[in-house]
Amino acid sequence: MTTRRGPLRHTPTALCAALIAVLLLAAAFPGLFGAADPLRSSMPESLQAPSARHWFGTDLLGRDVFARVVHGARYSLLLGVAAMLISLVLGLLTGVLAGLSGRAADEAVARALDVVSAFPGVLLAMLVVVFTGPGVLNIAVAIGVSGVPKFARVIRAQTRSVRDAAYVTHAVVQGRGRGWILARHIAPNVLVAVPVIATIDIGTSIVAVSGLSFLGLGPQPPVPEWGVMLSEGRDILRTAWWAGLFPGLAMTVTVIAFTVVGRRLQLLLEGRTP
Amino acid sequence: MSAATAAAEPTADTGTRASAPVALRRAAARVATGIGVMWAAATVAYVVLHAMPGKIEDILVGDQTYPGAQEAVAAEWGLDRPPLVQYLDYLWRLAHGDLGTSYAMRQQVASVVGDQLWPTVQLTLAAAAVAVGLALAVAVGTAGRARPLRALASVAELVATSMPVYWLGILLLMVFSFGLGWFPLTADSGVASLVLPAVTLGLPMAGLLSQVLRESLEATLEQPFITTVRARGVGETLVRLRHALRHALAPVINLGGWMIGNLLGGAVITETVFGRPGLGAVTLTAVTNKDVPVVLAVVLLAAFAYVVISTLVDIVNLLIDPRLRTR
Repeated sequence: MTTRRGPLRHTPTALCAALIAVLLLAAAFPGLFGAADPLRSSMPESLQAPSARHWFGTDLLGRDVFARVVHGARYSLLLGVAAMLISLVLGLLTGVLAGLSGRAADEAVARALDVVSAFPGVLLAMLVVVFTGPGVLNIAVAIGVSGVPKFARVIRAQTRSVRDAAYVTHAVVQGRGRGWILARHIAPNVLVAVPVIATIDIGTSIVAVSGLSFLGLGPQPPVPEWGVMLSEGRDILRTAWWAGLFPGLAMTVTVIAFTVVGRRLQLLLEGRTP
Repeated sequence: MSAATAAAEPTADTGTRASAPVALRRAAARVATGIGVMWAAATVAYVVLHAMPGKIEDILVGDQTYPGAQEAVAAEWGLDRPPLVQYLDYLWRLAHGDLGTSYAMRQQVASVVGDQLWPTVQLTLAAAAVAVGLALAVAVGTAGRARPLRALASVAELVATSMPVYWLGILLLMVFSFGLGWFPLTADSGVASLVLPAVTLGLPMAGLLSQVLRESLEATLEQPFITTVRARGVGETLVRLRHALRHALAPVINLGGWMIGNLLGGAVITETVFGRPGLGAVTLTAVTNKDVPVVLAVVLLAAFAYVVISTLVDIVNLLIDPRLRTR
């Protein structure tokens, strides 16, 4: 740990950052964790309780739950990050354009965002799935699209407060061109907020995407995705509590890690206002 | 509230000068905005319905393939009329509660949705009650208390807000239905079968609400008027419940209203976890069958619930915060 006022000086944050690192490792190299083949079923070993051989037990088809949880990190992280990126890019475009345009256009976008936020995100995403059909990428798109308004609102507010800041007025008075002001003042000060909202949103997106796959609209069995595994685990809850416990635990820990790190970044950022 | 209390609290002080017409005008403006949101939502729904790939008459005809079938169906459903006429007709029928016809079930969407509405409304209301009750209890109990207690509460809130509802539901089923056998597994055994789903849906909302309410309460407890109230010898519990809570609630009520409006989304998933009947099953079937009118009806219903709740929230705000009435 450094003596500077870094983001990792806070112990819980450091712990959560380490957890995220472990998750990224699991997503990139699941083999590192000594996990078996997540798809290999072995009927004689069906529904075994957690043991030294199968840390998290086995599911109905005798597949190793630990291996499936480790391999599931890749699906859940990728889908969550993809959905977040879609929301981020579209929200950034909408928010910056609205924040920089005239009063009427800005007001129109703000009203439109209000209308969209009248709908629960899950339902909006399900509406998108009606168009795209179920599928792995489609649910990331659906959650991504339904998350655009929340990004657009934050970015719009940020853009407006930067636009009205004294240093922008100063630059205008100095006779700086629009492009110069945009590149030099507006872009950096709007973008500084992005890592924070992006980090916090990864957790939310992972839960939302897995929610759709829990409903059966995303990746289909036997894919070891956490939402799919919970859906399978729900059906055998009576006999095998472990099949429903560990995938959800992994997801909750992941969401907590991203939220804690994101909030810490937010605290550090709040020291500097535009 | 006694006269002495009224003088001690700034909002109650200005409240004596509140004028009814201003409040009425604000409420009317709020209702107008709500109608505007519903109109926008209905229009978007109409556009979505017609933007689906494939012509509507083809979907309605289905497997029947006799010559002229499409034309006959188009005439029957009024699809041969100009788009503007169709749109106005759609709005007119919508205003009268006609949500169109389900593609998959060949019956009125209003009756499909209406049949399954009550279990979902029950679940949503119960969840909202759980969320508000828990949030009030935790926030009032822990705001400004000893550091370990607050830390414990905020960890609990973090966990509650981070858990996917579908996992929370599975955990509760595991412990209370399979493990302890306290609650029934079947969805049709009255109030007892409502407890676990309501806790599942309400707990994440409780976590977020109590986070915000505690911050707001802690800010309020620092206010000079609280010192005045304490100086009169009022007990801590009464200070919190009667004096601080009313002030601290204002910022939380908007968030709470928005969350209750959004509970319908979580209800879809919660109902699936517990195998409960309701809009969740209807929506899920409609999404898999590409039954657009039914999905749109549920979405419109969600928007309607949101509009009604946020209008109510604004009116409640006018009632509890007299300052809003004078502006």
